[in-house]
Amino acid sequence: MMNKLISSVSPHFHTPRSTQMIMLDVIIALAPAEIAAAVIFGWRALLIVAVCAGTCVLSEFLFEKLCKRENTISDLSAVVTGMLLAFNLPVTIPIWQAALGSVIAIIVVKQLFGGIGQNFANPAITARIIMLVAFSGDMTTWIAPGGFFTDVNASTSATPLKAMTDGTDLPSYLDLFLGRHGGSLGETCALALILGGVYLLVRRVISWHTPVAFIGTVALMSLVCGKDVLGQVLSGGLLLAAFFMATDYATTPNTNLGKIIFGVGCGLITILIRFWGNYPEGVSYSILIMNILTPYISKLTRSKPLVGGVEE
Amino acid sequence: MKLHGIHVPHKKNTAQLPPVRLEPPKTVAIPMSMHIGRPAKPVVKRGDEVKVGTLIAEADGYISAPIHSSVSGKVQKIDEITIMNGSKVPCILIDSDGLQTPDDSITPPEVHDLESFIDAVKNSGSVGLGGAGFPTFVKFVTKDLSVFKYVIINAAECEPYITSDTRTMLDRTDSILRGIEAMKKYLGVKNFIIGIENNKPEAIAKMQELTSKTDGVTVKVLPAMYPQGGEKVLIYNCTGKIVPKGGLPLDVGAIVINVTTLAFIAEYLQTGMPLVEKCVTVDGSAVKEPKNVIAPIGTMIGDLLEAAGGCKEEPAKVLYGGPMMGIAVPSLDSPILKNTNAVIAMDSREAKPPKTTPCINCGSCINHCPLKLDPREIAIAYKTNDAESLEKLCVDLCMECGCCSYICPAHRPLVQTNKLAKFVLRQYQNSKKEGK
Repeated sequence: MMNKLISSVSPHFHTPRSTQMIMLDVIIALAPAEIAAAVIFGWRALLIVAVCAGTCVLSEFLFEKLCKRENTISDLSAVVTGMLLAFNLPVTIPIWQAALGSVIAIIVVKQLFGGIGQNFANPAITARIIMLVAFSGDMTTWIAPGGFFTDVNASTSATPLKAMTDGTDLPSYLDLFLGRHGGSLGETCALALILGGVYLLVRRVISWHTPVAFIGTVALMSLVCGKDVLGQVLSGGLLLAAFFMATDYATTPNTNLGKIIFGVGCGLITILIRFWGNYPEGVSYSILIMNILTPYISKLTRSKPLVGGVEE
Repeated sequence: MKLHGIHVPHKKNTAQLPPVRLEPPKTVAIPMSMHIGRPAKPVVKRGDEVKVGTLIAEADGYISAPIHSSVSGKVQKIDEITIMNGSKVPCILIDSDGLQTPDDSITPPEVHDLESFIDAVKNSGSVGLGGAGFPTFVKFVTKDLSVFKYVIINAAECEPYITSDTRTMLDRTDSILRGIEAMKKYLGVKNFIIGIENNKPEAIAKMQELTSKTDGVTVKVLPAMYPQGGEKVLIYNCTGKIVPKGGLPLDVGAIVINVTTLAFIAEYLQTGMPLVEKCVTVDGSAVKEPKNVIAPIGTMIGDLLEAAGGCKEEPAKVLYGGPMMGIAVPSLDSPILKNTNAVIAMDSREAKPPKTTPCINCGSCINHCPLKLDPREIAIAYKTNDAESLEKLCVDLCMECGCCSYICPAHRPLVQTNKLAKFVLRQYQNSKKEGK
């Protein structure tokens, strides 16, 4: 029996939770919005999600193979990136553009910086912004919701934020809440996104700090600026971003105070762009800018070791 | 402010089982280092007759502890043994005659003042029985008794599986009371706090009963949150005071003593029998009949496992102590020490190490560290050999409780990195001192 015992450093118990399980939880949390997208914008929404997720996983696999790095596709983070990117695209996006965006997200934004946990910018958000610049026509063509068999060649429709900017008619709050209006395929149904967000909170995948700070700032600033508070909160990509993208671990601060600062910053930039910018929507840019500031926020809000000497 | 911690599985399977006494094994192996400090110096030689309680090694220097024979019989030889920190120390092997005859010289010590109390505690061979193994008497040495404001009796027992302290509280309640009385009398302390995790209702009831018999003792029921029994955590949760970095509990007026250590001291004052046996929780997924076993110090782990009905399958990993801070032993031919409170034998499923994956910056390690350290930043500073940053990050504050490693979803060896980083920092600080 000598020397057959395992010798390892303590602790000898570990949480059963793994990166893979966390990512699976995010995928589960995104499911309601995916179903809603199919119901609102038709089966093509499912196709786009499948293309993006598939391309992301394949890009990660091939890139790691090429670089002789350890294969990490089983952590499911590439699936999450693909789903999030798809959710940020119009349902009418050409397949090849969706695939190209996925390659950019995984290879340029994630893998070139060292892979999971090392990238400084959110891959889905950054890829979306690149696509918005590269394919601005296709990326801003919105069709009206037409149910599962929506005709993607149908006439275009404006997004609620565009309508607000232009001063045209807004959908009702109920339509905003249920997602029956133009927009990116995964961002419209507030109900589904809130369900997913609550699931993430309950499963402790995310903490409340970022979403509350982000959404709260947008609501407060809308109120201060005399805009339609509920309309601002329910429109555009705010809920999707606040629950799923501003809470990305790698690209956001990891202390609670840092998360609040991050959320408030995102909210302020969103408001600046929405109310005074040229674009109707500013959520993506706000997250990208705050991603860049994250190392500084992290440094400023680092947890202070309990060195004593002060009575609390 | 609430300190962070983690919820670990309790697995207190043996809490209801009164300990059973082990038949003396044929041979015991007693290492000279079962405490923090210098190893003891053997005072017996091969062939000497010894009895239970015979002094076989004396303390070497101030921070050290004497060692006594745990069986009656004959010294087989003085061998060498590799202890957990990798150094080799002498180890006295004693063949037992199976009779367990106590030494004739065993009589209750004469204690009448602080000095004789400290001498008695010193001669008893007492060390911190909760696991740390710090010589007990050192905690009581002072020029000015007024510095002792509280005695915190550590009965948290926050490690999974271990119930030997729980059994002390249930079975040796009177000894605890006598220990408190002795500390009141000789150390002049008026304020005693017994800290217990709330997953031990019977022990809490016993201790609350005890408080009605004497003044100045409070039972502090603490949430079952690991590492509740960590010294700094316990002091904070019992008194609200933070022990300064690099300092001792005494800096905030506290003496922390493990509940079993306290009971032992009281029993020594009454009988004069030094520390020669230990109640050890024998449990783990590989163990057939988990139980608490009272065994002579120096009993082999293999003999202890036999006493617990043997193993269901060949154990894959065996620990001194609990799963959070316990040390994996190299073989079953390792003796139990003064500060061994549990032997955990894990089957291959329980012992299987999780797969390490890249850090995803989730912040779990930071948000669960009781001392608010940043293990992620420490790991980065260690990797780049950046001792200056390690100093700023206070890695030397780390008590190696294991919360960060436990909670990490990427299963990164964060405590191990902290341990290595502490070494880097120590070297850096030493070289800085020399430079001056």
